[in-house]
Amino acid sequence: MSVTREVMLEQQWAQSSFSQRFSRLDGLWTLLVIAGSLYIWWLYRSYMDSYEIAIQAGSTAALIAWGVYWKPARPFTLAAAALTVLALWRYDADYELRLSDFWLKYFLESQAAFMWMSALYVLATITYFAAMFTRSGFAGKTATALTWCATAMGLTGLLVRWRESYLLGADIGHIPVSNLYEVFILFALITALLYLFYEDRHRTRSMGGFALLVISGAVGFLLWYTFDREAHHIQPLIPALQSYWMKIHVPANFIGYGAFALAAMLSVAYLLQNWAGTRWPDGHLARVLPPLHLLDDVIYKAIALGFAAFTLATILGALWAAEAWGGYWSWDPKETWALIVWLNYAAWLHLRMTKGWRGAPMAWWAVIGLFVTLFAFLGVNMFLSGLHSYGTL
Amino acid sequence: MNLAITLLVVVAVASVIGTVLQQNQPYPDYILKFGPFWFEVFRQTGLYNVYGSGWFMSILAFLILSTSVCIYRQTPVLWREMTQFRTRVRLDSLRGFHQQAEWQLQHREASTVQKTLGAVLKTRGYRWRIEDHGSHRVMAATKGRFSRLGYLCTHAAVVIIGIGGLLDGNLWLKFKEWSGGLRIETRDLAARDLPPESRLAPGAIPAFRGNVMLPEGATANFVFLRIRDGFALQELPFAIELKDFQVAYYDTGQPKSFASAVLIHDQEHLGSQPLAATIRVNHPLVYRGYAIYQSDFGDGGSKLEMQVWPLITPQAKPVAARGEIGNALKIGGSSAPLTLELNEFRLFNLLPEPGAQPGDRKFRNFGPSFSFKLRNSAGEAHEYFNYMAPVQLEGRWFYISGKRTQPGDPFIYLHIPADTKNSPERFLRFNARLRDGEWLREWMERSPAPVNNPDFQRDFNQVRLNLIELFTQGGFIAVTEQAKTVVPAGRLKEATTLYLNILRDTLADVFIQVLRDEGINVEQEISSQEEAFFNDAIPALATLADYGSPFYLQLTGFQQVEASGLQVTRSGGTAVVYTGFALLIIGIFVMLYTSHRRLWIWLADEEGATRLVLAGVSNRRPVEFAGEFSELRMALEKQIND
Ligand code: HEM
Repeated sequence: MSVTREVMLEQQWAQSSFSQRFSRLDGLWTLLVIAGSLYIWWLYRSYMDSYEIAIQAGSTAALIAWGVYWKPARPFTLAAAALTVLALWRYDADYELRLSDFWLKYFLESQAAFMWMSALYVLATITYFAAMFTRSGFAGKTATALTWCATAMGLTGLLVRWRESYLLGADIGHIPVSNLYEVFILFALITALLYLFYEDRHRTRSMGGFALLVISGAVGFLLWYTFDREAHHIQPLIPALQSYWMKIHVPANFIGYGAFALAAMLSVAYLLQNWAGTRWPDGHLARVLPPLHLLDDVIYKAIALGFAAFTLATILGALWAAEAWGGYWSWDPKETWALIVWLNYAAWLHLRMTKGWRGAPMAWWAVIGLFVTLFAFLGVNMFLSGLHSYGTL
Repeated sequence: MNLAITLLVVVAVASVIGTVLQQNQPYPDYILKFGPFWFEVFRQTGLYNVYGSGWFMSILAFLILSTSVCIYRQTPVLWREMTQFRTRVRLDSLRGFHQQAEWQLQHREASTVQKTLGAVLKTRGYRWRIEDHGSHRVMAATKGRFSRLGYLCTHAAVVIIGIGGLLDGNLWLKFKEWSGGLRIETRDLAARDLPPESRLAPGAIPAFRGNVMLPEGATANFVFLRIRDGFALQELPFAIELKDFQVAYYDTGQPKSFASAVLIHDQEHLGSQPLAATIRVNHPLVYRGYAIYQSDFGDGGSKLEMQVWPLITPQAKPVAARGEIGNALKIGGSSAPLTLELNEFRLFNLLPEPGAQPGDRKFRNFGPSFSFKLRNSAGEAHEYFNYMAPVQLEGRWFYISGKRTQPGDPFIYLHIPADTKNSPERFLRFNARLRDGEWLREWMERSPAPVNNPDFQRDFNQVRLNLIELFTQGGFIAVTEQAKTVVPAGRLKEATTLYLNILRDTLADVFIQVLRDEGINVEQEISSQEEAFFNDAIPALATLADYGSPFYLQLTGFQQVEASGLQVTRSGGTAVVYTGFALLIIGIFVMLYTSHRRLWIWLADEEGATRLVLAGVSNRRPVEFAGEFSELRMALEKQIND
């Protein structure tokens, strides 16, 4: 009988009862979120239909649950909210202020916020790797702080951009998840949050560099897309996208994509550790890389979460398609590739759950899964045509 | 189980094919792309409609079947796992569990220990049962047994979604076709000419997706089903009348909404009072189980008024003409008959500002335009695209006409400078003069000669006439080509320059005459405006040689008639599929985030002491279970030692 460190940690949060876990602070959090949500509803109610009010109510409940389930979500949410409020206050009702107001221009205007986010993510990546190789606790903490700050800036940028789109014109305003540029930011944020969650739960920062690597990749793409393709301009929505479904379908999809990407990066770490561990069992590399059992566990959890979210997203997509395209399924390339991604991870889960496969082959499969996912995400837009081509390169 | 994984991968790989090869395109496009041999091979293998092909359907059917078999086989096993307490276990198998603990409790009775244990388990939500085997007792406890239902829900969902999907697929059509109830029409026929065997009565099949393009004011009680390289007609039990079709635009010029105001006529259900509704993208109208979507738009036969300006004759008088989009007009003499096919009318042309950087995102509305094809008797066609109003470029105004010979090519543009009355007339009169040999000759003879040498003057005039003819027939290239044939290579450059100068001077003289005929005083310096006109007219004249049309078609008036593309669908399997969706989501979350935990406690009296063995297993989430188990172990220890 052995009790591993993970087990002890799991136990701290998994087994306490609800009343034990729901503290006074949680109550305060709940009230705060409800108050904030009501205020937002009151401010913007003229723009919302009943579905959107329902979505807001659902998001409010989800945000409360998130903050209760995972405490660090609270300061993070509050920071992003405060920055957003500051930005909206500076803006008042004039979009052009972004060019002249100091706070907006250098810090909070959505483009500025995304630049901060980009720089911080890249710094965090380097710092995580430095922390891993030097085993410096201080560097590790710095890396975590950088990642949190980057994510807060990214979320602020998205929220501010949402408002900016309305400043451009009441009929142009929409949630910023409508094209490739915007969802790339969403992807970076969600992947980072998923990683931070596992970092916190497993009390180890050794996986950080790998997780942040894919985020840095996304940042690189985003910078190219901004400076070379000028894709960062806010565009009005084409008629097919004017639907409340977008608010739930797209984020659900990106929880899936983010989780799959995280799983793939951790699988790279797994394969490295596997290789280093057999080659130089007592070498430096084997010691600093995250241990196999940890990676195996987190990879599985990420894929399971991604699969559940992706299932939900695909079904939401089908329901939307039944309203927009004349049927819940049209074998449009994006739909079909979503199915391919889904089948791929379904096969992965079957292998693990029913055949008990573990180890390097499953890690390889998860890495290949990232390429399948990437094709569904980017390749379809680049190479295939269909109903779903909202972002082109 | 290997079968399940293999099937999942096979479906994934097969699905790729239909995304790589564009599906359901017109067959001639495929022939063009692959050539006749591969076209036929791909047609036979069903690659133009992979997801409706027999082999793909068979894979899906097999997946559904094997999942059903799996459910059938697993259900009794699951049922047992959920309902039974396995109280017959061996001690060494318990000791072999990953999660297990063992105590030797001095001075304890097995029965009191058992009571304590029972209480602890109960507070933790476990159900338990005990069996006395004489030498020992076994307590079997379970928690979260409904987690096992996750597997059932998920797999039942796969079967249900699959069946619902098949019900909404093209099976019905295939069956109708196969049983002789339907013939696919491949000729280009209008709806009313379609033979009865290519029509489906309302309700003949429970699922279809059809389209119809309705001009404003028109009514239809049918849709077309596109099937392979042909189509069939599905009749509807009601009629759709398009009252009005509206496209709204953002300030940036991108379309903001497409909306069709329709009336549904249905004597039987609505009486004489039609149902009025507006159909927009994302807001279909569902009527009697039929969903009507806004899916396309087009021209419903806009009426155009045009001026036909001759381009290759000395005539400069336009002829009025009328036409309707979608129709063809015969024009030209009987010697060279041409067919004018009016293809498209556009009210707006929002295009990037000429000369702007791609990132500037500046757009300009270039106004109405229309496009047409000119087809000669051999069937060859040039395609043209003309703006109605002159367009301002660099401060001057032009009538713009684009021309191309191949559908995919970029247009080559003719820029006709507009005159002071904002009309193409001056340019066209200038052009007509240049093509009027007789007039030119007379005019040259009338003009005061620069040198008093009649012989030279005659030769010079002849050169000028030749140059103009060359130029009007073949542009500058014809002039330079001509120079090559008559001048030795050594003096070519010099001679070409001379030719071009003479040509230019002559053109300028003719132009001044054209101005004079307009009543403009040209005796002094001509204005810079007219000079600019001349400089713009020259390249336009040179382009005319390649323009390929004997006339310039100017749009002078229009009455737009829009058409709305509606898609009408019926999908009887929707409710089934949505039930499957609900089950799938529930099933997956239950399967992934809950677990069935089982514990066994072995209690045996051993000479005044009690041996207690605790072992447990969970079907999922082993790490979480390990935590739970160790906590339980500690709690038990505490309870027992108290
Ligand atoms: C969350 C996703 C899924 C999980 C975790 C899962 C899990 C399982 C399990 C546990 C079994 C075997 C029964 C057992 O030994 O307990 C099984 C069998 C099977 N599953 Fe799934 N399944 C999932 C989704 C799917 C999907 C989406 C499909 C098909 C599209 C599918 C098709 C099958 C088939 C065909 C079998 C084979 C039955 C047999 O012959 O034994 N499963 N799956």
